[in-house]
Amino acid sequence: MPSFGELSLYIALILCVYTLLSGSFALWAISTGRQLAISAEHLRETSRRAGLASFLCVSCAAFALTYASFTNDYSVDYILHHTNRALPWYYKFSALWSGQEGSLLLWAWLLAAYGFVLRLRHKVDITLSAYASTILSAVQVFFLLLLVVAAPPFSLVPGGIAPKDGFGLNPLLQYPEMVIHPPMLYLGYVGFSVPFAFALGALMMRYPGEKWIHITRRWTMVTWLFLTCGICLGMHWAYAVLGWGGYWGWDPVENASFLPWLTGTAFLHSVMMQEKRGMMKGWNVWLIFSTFMLSILGTLLTRSGIVSSVHAFAQSSIGTWFTTFLVITALVCLFTFFYQRDHLKAENRLESLVSRESSFLFNNLILLLACFTVLWGTLFPVLSEFVQGSKVTMGPPFFNRVAVPVGLALIFLTGIGPLLPWRSTSLRAIRRNFILPCIAIVGTALILIACGVRPWKDDDATATIYALVCFSLSAGVITSITSEFLRGAGVVRTQTGKNLFTSMFTLVRRNTRRYGGYFIHFGVIVMFIGLSGSAFNQSKELEMGLGDSIQLNGYKLICQSYTQDSNPNYDTDYALLDVYHGNKKITQLAPERRFYNASQQTDTVVAIHSTLARDIYVVFEGRNPETDRPIIKVYLNPLVNWIWIGVGVIIFGTFIALVPPFKPTNRRPENPQPETRDSQPISKLPTPVLATAASSGAPHA
Amino acid sequence: MLKRSLQIFFVCFAAFTMMAADNSTTRLDHIGHKLVCQCGCGQILMECNHVGCPVSGPMIDTLRTQLAAGQSEGAILDSFIAKYGPIVLAAPIRGGFDNVAWIVPYASFLLGTLGVAFLIRFWHRRYNRLNPASALPIPPATPNPMRDRIRRDTDYLD
Repeated sequence: MPSFGELSLYIALILCVYTLLSGSFALWAISTGRQLAISAEHLRETSRRAGLASFLCVSCAAFALTYASFTNDYSVDYILHHTNRALPWYYKFSALWSGQEGSLLLWAWLLAAYGFVLRLRHKVDITLSAYASTILSAVQVFFLLLLVVAAPPFSLVPGGIAPKDGFGLNPLLQYPEMVIHPPMLYLGYVGFSVPFAFALGALMMRYPGEKWIHITRRWTMVTWLFLTCGICLGMHWAYAVLGWGGYWGWDPVENASFLPWLTGTAFLHSVMMQEKRGMMKGWNVWLIFSTFMLSILGTLLTRSGIVSSVHAFAQSSIGTWFTTFLVITALVCLFTFFYQRDHLKAENRLESLVSRESSFLFNNLILLLACFTVLWGTLFPVLSEFVQGSKVTMGPPFFNRVAVPVGLALIFLTGIGPLLPWRSTSLRAIRRNFILPCIAIVGTALILIACGVRPWKDDDATATIYALVCFSLSAGVITSITSEFLRGAGVVRTQTGKNLFTSMFTLVRRNTRRYGGYFIHFGVIVMFIGLSGSAFNQSKELEMGLGDSIQLNGYKLICQSYTQDSNPNYDTDYALLDVYHGNKKITQLAPERRFYNASQQTDTVVAIHSTLARDIYVVFEGRNPETDRPIIKVYLNPLVNWIWIGVGVIIFGTFIALVPPFKPTNRRPENPQPETRDSQPISKLPTPVLATAASSGAPHA
Repeated sequence: MLKRSLQIFFVCFAAFTMMAADNSTTRLDHIGHKLVCQCGCGQILMECNHVGCPVSGPMIDTLRTQLAAGQSEGAILDSFIAKYGPIVLAAPIRGGFDNVAWIVPYASFLLGTLGVAFLIRFWHRRYNRLNPASALPIPPATPNPMRDRIRRDTDYLD
């Protein structure tokens, strides 16, 4: 089976090289009108089919590695180092991406899968798809070369004699979410290759109009969703497994996943400027180029050992490969951009200082500043070593101080952006639409201060004031989103006579993109509220004997027992703790500490009791060697559940935005007219216009 | 009035953000959160959760001893830097080139904001120069069948 896998990779590489070369020749011949020995269209078709076949070959390689994992084939070095016989089947499956070579194979397979779908759907625009397919094949060649030359997953063990059992999977990866977190993250990273390929292809062929954006919109949104889910699953894994009470530690690997997310989010916003107003064309092209390159840079940072990370399982010497690929990509992008820059001239200009366009510009600024700040903090140790000769640590104190204000600015813009109309607005309209959110902001701040959130009385005043500002701004944003929904639903109710809930459903169906976007904004705000809860975290650590108790902010944990257990995969120490709030028992928690036999490593299994208000988070830190009693650490983490709820809302909103809107018949004109000043948020339309439009059955949003 | 209010707001904000814990009971926690455990876990010293960690325990003990001896925060941090190197600090706070780490994000935020504001103003002026009619005040939207029709026809673009 290892030989089969290796052979599949070689054939996939040959097919991708063919796709690249034949596609390039065919497109060159078509664009210049040159005659080749065979028809250029025919050559282009063979290129596409070779690309399709490469997916089958990479799939065979991925299957071969998974098969080797399931059949305990320890003659394969990778399987020997990442599995063992006692490993449950689902972790044997996840062994595919638990190490360097396997994760690169997963990357190559996902890339081939995206390419497969792109090439199958080539009829959406045959020439543009051919450009995108050729560019994508260049990326595939790079990853397949890596797998064949630098990081072969099917290498046999030295000496050729297979040991009886493997060294086991890293205990930190033996957690259910780890089965889906890496594929989700990679689906996000790799997925940005598709809009990148379309953008570069559209620029190369001087594609007329904005159709490439319409084609790639769903690709970009789905990719963005995968990356969002991947990052959030990683946060949840860090929270539930690492046992330090937090979910985001600003580790370089975490930062690496966050960078393309930020630029991808900026692209999803600014691309609307291009669709609706024909502006920011060059900017958008660079945003998607940057997003793709940041995905590669993130991989370079975390696998090359350039920066120190706790995710050291994947470090190796393939940094040179990624650096070379990154430089080539940047040069190709730069050359194409400068060569075709006259094609990217804006069709419209900014008409008003205060408009949706301005808010998008500031939105992009904030997102890119956040990206720059995170990148700066991640790379500063390298710069410091170069300048001062010594590395420094850029830990949470740095990032929390510089990134949180940027996050607050983003919340602020999330609130005001959707309330501003395209092109221009009036002072009266601004006053009318911002009065409610402003009241909500001030009211929430006053209520919170009255309830005891008083930064001037706290030890950590900075964290508390950030939380206070975040809660207040969030209230403003939620008010503005809610009022947009209610006003829109009110119009539909007047028009149809249905109840408010049905009207709201109809409203969302008529403009899934706008209202899906509002749901996503709402989810982000809910997440921010959850993140702000960390300003009020509390913790306590105690060595506990039978019957001992630990008290924290009204909660009391009593140790009922502590014991040991074992199974073929690991031995475990755990304690049983009854949790009381006042005199009422609310739950029993059993934090564990496991010792994995194959890898000879320990791992914590945190016990969490979650409510909407707070999490009781209990860690079995180990046993005191002198008394043999467990050391228990208890955290009270407020509002953590809001983060996961927010993620759920974001996923829901993205699905809504992906659904095609329901349009009454005869609504789409053959030649759309440019936007008018009346095309604005519901809240901007004066009542007579709403009434007129409602009576004519027109959707406003 | 608005200017004065903004000044007061910024002074209050700066005062809040610069407030530091001065209580002796919290000094251990405060300084301990400025240091990183050197066992390789990469965690903040006071948050290192490895029982029997050969590094964090002795580091916290040293910190306690130095606090009990009445040493200043600067002296304590200097002693840790002398022993473990600057990597022991959770954030670069030694001054000199370390300041660059803090200045650059804020400077880029300021420059970026000014740059975008300038760009918007520049585009707006150019638009007004090229379209003098558009510089006139925008009339309030009124019910107009033609405009309603245009809006309906372009709604799907939203």
